[in-house]
Amino acid sequence: MSALLAILMYATPLVLAALGETVVQKAGVIHIGIEGTMLAGAFFGVMATLATGSPWVGLGVGVLVGMALALLSGVFALGLSVDQVVVGTAVNLFALGLTRTLFAMRFGASGELLSVPKVPSWQGIDVVMVLAVALAASTHWLLFRTSWGLALRSAGEMPQATEAAGFSVSVIRYAALAFGGATAGLGGAYLSLGIAGSFADNMTAGRGFLAIAMVTFGRWKPGLVLGACLLLGWLDGLQFTFQAKGVELPFQLFLALPYMAALLVLAGVGRGAHAPAALAVPFRRSR
Amino acid sequence: MRKALLPAVGALLGLTVALVLTLVAFGLPLADSLRLIWDGSLGSPGGLMRTAVKATPLMLMGLGMAVAWRAGMYNIGGEGQFLAGALGGAAAAKVLTAVPVLLSKPLVFVSGFVWGGVFALVAAWLLVKRGVNVVISTILLNFVAIQMFEWALTGPLQEAKGRTPQTDRLPEALMLHRFDRQNDLHSGVLIALVAVMVVYAILFLTPLGFRIRLSGENPRAARASRIPPSRYQLIAMAMSGGLCGLAATVELLGITGQLAKGFNQQLGFIAIPVALLGNLHPLGVGLSAVYFGGLFAGSENLARFSNFGTTVMFVIQGAAVLAYVGVRTVLERRQVEGAEVET
Repeated sequence: MSALLAILMYATPLVLAALGETVVQKAGVIHIGIEGTMLAGAFFGVMATLATGSPWVGLGVGVLVGMALALLSGVFALGLSVDQVVVGTAVNLFALGLTRTLFAMRFGASGELLSVPKVPSWQGIDVVMVLAVALAASTHWLLFRTSWGLALRSAGEMPQATEAAGFSVSVIRYAALAFGGATAGLGGAYLSLGIAGSFADNMTAGRGFLAIAMVTFGRWKPGLVLGACLLLGWLDGLQFTFQAKGVELPFQLFLALPYMAALLVLAGVGRGAHAPAALAVPFRRSR
Repeated sequence: MRKALLPAVGALLGLTVALVLTLVAFGLPLADSLRLIWDGSLGSPGGLMRTAVKATPLMLMGLGMAVAWRAGMYNIGGEGQFLAGALGGAAAAKVLTAVPVLLSKPLVFVSGFVWGGVFALVAAWLLVKRGVNVVISTILLNFVAIQMFEWALTGPLQEAKGRTPQTDRLPEALMLHRFDRQNDLHSGVLIALVAVMVVYAILFLTPLGFRIRLSGENPRAARASRIPPSRYQLIAMAMSGGLCGLAATVELLGITGQLAKGFNQQLGFIAIPVALLGNLHPLGVGLSAVYFGGLFAGSENLARFSNFGTTVMFVIQGAAVLAYVGVRTVLERRQVEGAEVET
């Protein structure tokens, strides 16, 4: 049981970010900047906790920072119709540089040992972990059982139809981005405040990109995305078990399995994959 | 003329604004910082050499990105292709120890190019045959490459001592020529400059280049002219990955001499802004690589005099890309709207 909880805890940042990204992609936007968003959430969450002494404030700041970065991406990707991959790449570099530089300026180039109060947990369970699991159920409900979800999905499949039905594609996509930013920021803040109790340079180490990969692996279905993240967490933990038991196994090949599996799934499903049809296609309302 | 000038003006404006704003935002004395950056990059002989060294891999990878993006392939797998090329180069060097250097050195480069290219082809094939989004497949393949790289460093390519996960140091004879023992300027710089010319020639002076560009800009028009876009997307992607692999081999034979963790230095992601600010044009990419190489070299100098890493360059790069694409979009939109009024 405690092993399962540990898997869930380590997977929680990924789950949060991947569920947010699922909603964003369902609305037709691919948010590559999720990596930088998580990193910024992790950093500013720790800074806020350091200033106030409360990890809850830190989590809140993580959410706000994530939303702010997502809206910044929105201004460029939605407002100006700049290519979404370009915007995301820029946001990632920006966040990586910003957190590194601020961290170095505040704590010196080496980055002195930094420790902040962690999110309290009971028997290995904390609020954010519960929230992450609940979020999988609620995003599924939101996407597939509400008229809002229908409108959102149509914006990702055929934005012209969304507009014709009286919804604003732009508003839907901004809202989706804000949601995805909030969960990525929270995921990042949980990484630093829930798991590590500290911040380290580039501590997300590709988790944002992983989240995008897991969205694909879970084929844009919240339940499967949650499952994919937990599977990855389990495989990740397995390497330590093997090492402890002295099993000689090239564990890197093991770690590459989820990505290869995701590629195989995508290749197998081919054009029938449930990728939103208008993914990464900018929408401009014709006058 | 105006069409060519516009992106250049946009780029220059974006870069200057981003640099100045970033320095001000971090509370650095503007004049002194700019002077330190200038001295460490283009303003002194040592700085110039450092700039060239830093610009070399950026130029090769930026060219790679430009070729792929021109063909409409959003390759963000530069990181993975770089690592695959590094393994290709190191593997060839290991296998060919008995072969005379005159023969083995070119083969090491060819191997790096081919490994990077083949790795990129996986993503291209997945798009062309199975309709898998290139952005997603290249992200996934980056992770596969990282694990493959780390496995090779503890397995087949590990040093003879078998203690640390790294390769053996390459023999001095295999390394690229250094002009001066005092600094690490190496002849790989020339490889990057030649690559700029070659890629320019291919893209703009040959039918192949025309077809690649047409496949990216207007696949329907390509098909109407009996040019199968998917074939040229495959070719472009192989070239793109090959250039990333070449960049890795140049780094290996020019600077490090061995592979170890952290070899990639996130170059795969930095190369994308380099290509974008170069307007996906080989000559532009050459200039933007020098600019960013200079910024990296200059910020090393800045870091020596302030408690402030070279990392601020990432901020500038990110801000510059956003400023550039923003300014360009607004300018273009104004132009289009102006044209509409005229008619």
